Amino acid sequence: MQFSKVSGKKNQHKVVLYALSTCAWCKMTKQFLKDNDIEYTYVDVDLCEEEDKQKIRQHIQSKGGPLSYPTVIVDDNVLITGFRKDKLKETLGI
Amino acid sequence: MVRQRAEADARTYGYYLNPDPAFLQSLLEGLKKNEERYGYPSCPCRLASGKFEFDRDIICPCDYRDPDIAEFGACYCALYVRKDVHEGGTELEPVPERRSLEKQSRAYNVAAGKEEKPATAAKEEASEIKPKLWYCKQCGYVVFRDEPPYTCPICKAKKEMFAEIKKRINFTG
Repeated sequence: MQFSKVSGKKNQHKVVLYALSTCAWCKMTKQFLKDNDIEYTYVDVDLCEEEDKQKIRQHIQSKGGPLSYPTVIVDDNVLITGFRKDKLKETLGI
Repeated sequence: MVRQRAEADARTYGYYLNPDPAFLQSLLEGLKKNEERYGYPSCPCRLASGKFEFDRDIICPCDYRDPDIAEFGACYCALYVRKDVHEGGTELEPVPERRSLEKQSRAYNVAAGKEEKPATAAKEEASEIKPKLWYCKQCGYVVFRDEPPYTCPICKAKKEMFAEIKKRINFTG
């Protein structure tokens, strides 16, 4: 699976974003992380190979999340569904 | 084309399109891309399977739009919004997914089926979807879907006004 890395000065958290290439909320999430200088990796699930989609599904569901995008997983521990500025700020200490 | 269709549909149902021009443009581009790659404009904010029979409920305007707008002021992707949201009186929050997990899973199961048991797995799953005939008791509109629409597209009657058509035609006489 090919994750794209977006560099940022704030790299103390491991931030993984599952997104859809067509989704406006996902784009806003990417922009928000970038604007706040957060380092993160993302993958556009709709552009993934079928077997990778399965892996992503298992990853999200293993964290107890619904299959909605954007899904942000911080430090492989906190899962945030949807573009939730408040939760992202709280979790990432912005 | 995508925009005109959405504008016309919003007018018909008394909704508005998202008031943020950049956000709206982004959604319309997503819809266009889905129409190009799948052959139908499925929701830009949901993972589609690429199989029409699995994605029918999320083709824009999706089956969940009307109840979501009634409850949250916007549909799941926020392409369509209620009047008060359009006028800026209500802040939009992410709309929770109303589509069942079972239906969502089809976008992933299609892939699994393809690898293990080509064609048959997908076919079996498709047969689980059983559309029925429903008619609007108010105006007579008939629809062939899993569930009746939230409101009748013709006379705007509520879902409760729909009844299943259970008559069978016996060809053997």
